[in-house]
Amino acid sequence: MPTRIAACFDRLKANNEPALIAYVTAGDPTPEATIEIVAALERGGTDIIELGVPFSDPVADGPVIMRASERALAAGTTLEKVLHIAAEIRKVSEIPIVLFSYLNPVIRYGFERLAKRAVECGVDGFLLTDLSVEEAAGFVDEAKAAGLDTIFLVAPTSTDRRLDLVAKYCSGFVYVVSRTGVTGEQSQVSAAVKPLVERLRQFTDLPLGVGFGISTAAQAGEVGAVADGVVVGSVLVRAIEATPVAALSDTMERMARELKEGAKTGRLS
Amino acid sequence: MLTVPDAGGHYGPYGGRYVPEVLMAPLEELEQAYLQAKNDAAFQAELADLLKNYVGRPTPLYFAKRLSEKFGGARIYLKREDLLHTGAHKINNALGQALLAKRMGKQRIIAETGAGQHGVATATACALLGLQCRVYMGEEDMRRQEPNVFRMRLLGAEVYSVTNGSRTLKDAISEAMRDWVTNVDETYYLLGSALGAHPYPSMVSDFHRCIGDEARRQILEAEGRLPDLAIACVGGGSNAIGLFRAFLADSEVALVGVEAGGRGKKTGDHAARFSGGAPGVLHGAYSYLLQDEDGQVALTHSISAGLDYALIGPEHAYLHDLGRATYVDCDDASALAAAVELSRTEGIIPALESSHAVAEALDRAPQSKGKIIVVNLSGRGDKDINIYRENLKEMDADTHSRMF
Repeated sequence: MPTRIAACFDRLKANNEPALIAYVTAGDPTPEATIEIVAALERGGTDIIELGVPFSDPVADGPVIMRASERALAAGTTLEKVLHIAAEIRKVSEIPIVLFSYLNPVIRYGFERLAKRAVECGVDGFLLTDLSVEEAAGFVDEAKAAGLDTIFLVAPTSTDRRLDLVAKYCSGFVYVVSRTGVTGEQSQVSAAVKPLVERLRQFTDLPLGVGFGISTAAQAGEVGAVADGVVVGSVLVRAIEATPVAALSDTMERMARELKEGAKTGRLS
Repeated sequence: MLTVPDAGGHYGPYGGRYVPEVLMAPLEELEQAYLQAKNDAAFQAELADLLKNYVGRPTPLYFAKRLSEKFGGARIYLKREDLLHTGAHKINNALGQALLAKRMGKQRIIAETGAGQHGVATATACALLGLQCRVYMGEEDMRRQEPNVFRMRLLGAEVYSVTNGSRTLKDAISEAMRDWVTNVDETYYLLGSALGAHPYPSMVSDFHRCIGDEARRQILEAEGRLPDLAIACVGGGSNAIGLFRAFLADSEVALVGVEAGGRGKKTGDHAARFSGGAPGVLHGAYSYLLQDEDGQVALTHSISAGLDYALIGPEHAYLHDLGRATYVDCDDASALAAAVELSRTEGIIPALESSHAVAEALDRAPQSKGKIIVVNLSGRGDKDINIYRENLKEMDADTHSRMF
């Protein structure tokens, strides 16, 4: 049986439509708010949710997501609470959920225990930012045994040898980092995206989701034209930071709608 | 046991490479470049020449006669890394890596620093080799190590104030990694301790092994035998591993690493990773890490900025588990007292970091009659003058008026 993530990409592919993958830091500003934010993002057309597990030392993140991590930690968000958020979302939605985390909270929780709990809570896959495939065998085995997808990153610096290696460890989709750098909005889509996607296509048939720096509908369109999925994070997180809680649902739904429309437009041109 | 690390940089279960994918290929490239340089006689000759004529190696192994007599028992020797150019052992590694960066064609160097000694060493190496230099330093560390901030700037480096998190070494490393991730094509990250992702721990340890190699030769000359104890302070652990490496195969030499006990382990304000931490991942390596039950990295405290870090270098974790080295901790007050003792007995003002190792030696000396202790005096205390002054007012109120 295909996972929720695989089924989602299959369905979108049949419609010639790129996936909108939305990242939010779980627990920012509070665990309860995240549940509402995700519902709103889904209403706006988001296809897959990445729930960020807040971490004290997020070395791959820029200031926007760093601050979100701080807020979420201040609100008492732990990995266990993120799993609880996922379970609450799953009660009302079939949207695929990817947990996006730094490795240390996962090590502390325990791979085996986490894989079991993740399945119970309706989580579909994992992406661990600072887990290289070289160190990932134990984790991937646990995840696979539980039926969870493991998503790893490729970057413009990845050699062909590494693209092949990383793709072999991936299931669900491959996360293509659009440029060298930390997370954060950029004024334009990196010129590295297209050649990187084309290089990676030689090594895998998995769907490719491109992220890092994409913040406007037009950029979503550019990326949607060459990739299977468009990952948007910092621009949403910045809006969460700037918007009063009462207005969060409307803002998130509107932003998702614009980004999804933008992503689709790129496919048509 | 001495065939570590393996090809992936593992010391037993520790070490490895835990970084975002964007850094994996650059780390592979660095490893290749380093292995070539290591086996290149011209590179080694250039480094050896600089270490001798610019840096001032070999450093003396000084018999601390008055200290030994006062603490009646052991014969205490000090490996005088404090006499090196820039005032600490850090220059060994900074020069080695800066030469490597130049060889790799990188013109821009970034580094992190806690106490400022690695920052000063890096700024110095960059000035010497004509490289652009930016040093990341926590705002809190910039305040307490102000003299070194000025020295770095005088040497032409840009000191970037890190205002995230605890504003100390941990956050400086995180910020340096963000810079590296962003500018990886043209930038060399000159990491300052035996930690981070492979090949950094083994490379940094290689550049510091001269400390122990010299000490081993010198003690054999002076005493005709090996020491009973070799003691060094451990933040990330670079000076300690530099000393220890020469004695790893000599089972009769006990190796002791001294972590920062801070305000005392009961307070939680310390950096004693072995007694207070558990294995985890930070900044690219798996090792003992101070963390909470949810895997968030704990805040640390030490009066010495150079020991104020949540993770210990992975090779130390391995030596600890093997039982080959023993790790103890020394609190702020004992380190200060040892600094005063060494200053007044031998006329040597040590860095606060090194004072932790001195304190351990003074603790053990009375029960170690006839034994030989080698203490790595990893740096000199100029940078800590203001901290000594502030704290002496409190701890030494009686003698304060007389002494100052």
